[in-house]
Amino acid sequence: MSSQLAERIGTAKAEGRAALIAYVPVGYPDVEGSIAAMVAAVEAGADVVEVGVPYSDPGMDGPVIQQAVDVAVRAGVGMTDVLRAVEAVAAAGAVPVVMSYWNPIERYGVPRFATDLAAAGGAGAITPDLIPDEAAAWLGAAEGADLDRVFLVAPSSTEARLRSTTAACRGFVYAASTMGVTGTRATVGDAAEKLVARTREARPDLAVCVGLGVSNGHQAAEVAAFADGVIVGSAYVRELLEGRGTDGVRRLTEDLARGVKGHNGHLGRSEGKA
Amino acid sequence: MTTSSLQPPGERVLPARPGWPDATGHFGVFGGRFVPEALIAALDELTEAYEAMRVDPAFLTEFDALQRDYTGRPSPITEVPRFAGHAGGARILLKREDLNHTGSHKINNVLGQALLTKRIGKTRVIAETGAGQHGVATATAAALMGLSCTVYMGEEDTRRQALNVARMRLLGAEVIPVTTGSRTLKDAINEAFRDWVTNVETTNYVFGTVAGPHPFPAMVRDFQRVIGDEARAQVLEREGRLPDAVLACVGGGSNAIGIFTAFVPDDGVRLVGLEAGGDGVDTGRHAATITGGSPGVLHGARSYLLQDDNGQTIESHSISAGLDYPGVGPEHSYLHDIGRAEYRPVTDAEAMEAFALLCRTEGIIPAIESAHALAGAMVLGQELGPEALLLVNLSGRGDKDVETASRWFGLGDREEVDPGPGLDTDQQPTEGAVTQGDAVAGPDAGESA
Ligand SMILES: Cc1ncc(COP(=O)(O)O)c(C=O)c1O
Repeated sequence: MSSQLAERIGTAKAEGRAALIAYVPVGYPDVEGSIAAMVAAVEAGADVVEVGVPYSDPGMDGPVIQQAVDVAVRAGVGMTDVLRAVEAVAAAGAVPVVMSYWNPIERYGVPRFATDLAAAGGAGAITPDLIPDEAAAWLGAAEGADLDRVFLVAPSSTEARLRSTTAACRGFVYAASTMGVTGTRATVGDAAEKLVARTREARPDLAVCVGLGVSNGHQAAEVAAFADGVIVGSAYVRELLEGRGTDGVRRLTEDLARGVKGHNGHLGRSEGKA
Repeated sequence: MTTSSLQPPGERVLPARPGWPDATGHFGVFGGRFVPEALIAALDELTEAYEAMRVDPAFLTEFDALQRDYTGRPSPITEVPRFAGHAGGARILLKREDLNHTGSHKINNVLGQALLTKRIGKTRVIAETGAGQHGVATATAAALMGLSCTVYMGEEDTRRQALNVARMRLLGAEVIPVTTGSRTLKDAINEAFRDWVTNVETTNYVFGTVAGPHPFPAMVRDFQRVIGDEARAQVLEREGRLPDAVLACVGGGSNAIGIFTAFVPDDGVRLVGLEAGGDGVDTGRHAATITGGSPGVLHGARSYLLQDDNGQTIESHSISAGLDYPGVGPEHSYLHDIGRAEYRPVTDAEAMEAFALLCRTEGIIPAIESAHALAGAMVLGQELGPEALLLVNLSGRGDKDVETASRWFGLGDREEVDPGPGLDTDQQPTEGAVTQGDAVAGPDAGESA
């Protein structure tokens, strides 16, 4: 029983940095294009790739991700394509974790999903609209297939929920930095730092990774100063939406990879984080 | 089934709730909460505040007074014999929610949720709307109670329900047309949830139907059940008996749950929900969620929904904006699975025929949503025969639909007008009067069309 995600985040920590986690939805601009973007992110330094399952009703996503995912949904992209992307990310040397709203997994069949994901080399899944309270089937299947399960915590989470949610996680817990949907933001804000501290208190042995709003190396450095991992989504999707393709993905990843090491050109703070 | 423990002494009797949902909002395997963690605190706050409020005498007094003096409750029961002549001679009683202030049942729920908003100290409400009736009701309650109000409405719906957009704006609400996805109710709900998660500190989401995450299905049911509580007493008083069947259209399902709930323990009373069959269930262009869908998760709850093999929601189709929704409330899924209620599709054409008939035979212009229930009554009346007593929820009035209906029947500003099926029924209706056999085919018409 070992968690691919915990191991990889631990390796980054041993190198004195936070892990870089890149979200790319499968199927934009098409399946091949999205897989190429994932591989480019891995080659340029991403530790983990969130392989996004397209969904017709992405209630937690802002306009950038909605736009890309809408194209993938209309093209009929499904779990078979997702599993192919998972294999490609694993082959490129990063840890793939599926990011999916719940209904596509339920429709595919929960035990079948767990079995196929494990066979493809996936670490597990992040489920943004599944809370542990409703997750009995998934927790059972994930346990059986030795998969990680990542749930979310938010600034509005009570201490009791931080405890119950982190207790159900394996791999890491996803801390949503702000109250809101995905999208790039000018500042990440200190709600994230407070949330990470509260989450650590709830379960000290679990890695806490921060997402929502991080779009450049400067912000990545800020977050890396207090979190175990930095999750970047909309900024990647924007590279693809604006047609910069794998070159754009590579440049963005290099910037972020410097950021997670604590190199923060903007503020002139370049000390490596211990 | 006793409510005495919930009943403040000397206050109005709280009707018994059915034995569902459970404490975490599950109706059997349906319901629950499938939302981002960020919303859980707000849903918990709502649940707690609502459970306290619903047994609070001060709230009950204020709510009852509003229902009576502002909405105009109780709504009357009207027998429609000329219309019933087209329903196999069965007797038909209409529960007149169309006569409520703002023109539909939606106000029942909104007044309750607006009072709740004030109680939890929030100053802004948001709502989704399809036909615009829930948006108008929310804008109305917001104006009445001094709350600021934003309504999300699919761009497609802002076009087909332009009258209601104007009404909401007159009432001081901001109407935001939603241009994502299918540009209808489903996408308006997505946008409203995104707004809520971002502004939850100041904002309450006034949900318009018995769907969504717990506590919405139970809370909206409790606010809407006044329809059936009144109607059951009214029918008993008038007829000395219960109806044989209770019929209502089902979009998300709030007017249907509203009229069904009081009758759920009455085993002899059939509960019939009419879903929007659009062009026919077999065409794939419909909104008949229970008839043509399968269980899954959408908009925060497990229920039947229209979905493809990848679990993507399929866009629904209906002439009726208020029924044009690919999901349905979890309690309906439960009532269907335990066999307590049955759900049948009604096509656009069948609904419009019933719409025209009610206009011409009774002088009542129904909402197109409600016309689906009327069409269901025409079919069920034929099945049950002249002894039957049917109670139909007339959930709303048709002012908002005159443009859609005029276009359907070709009643432009042309001189020469083809009245179309159902519009030339001046003769006293008899058994054989329904000659548009194809258009008035049974509930299976969808499958065979
Ligand atoms: C008059 C009327 N009836 C019915 C509905 C459908 O909603 P529900 O199924 O929640 O009653 C609507 C929705 O807009 C409506 O306006």
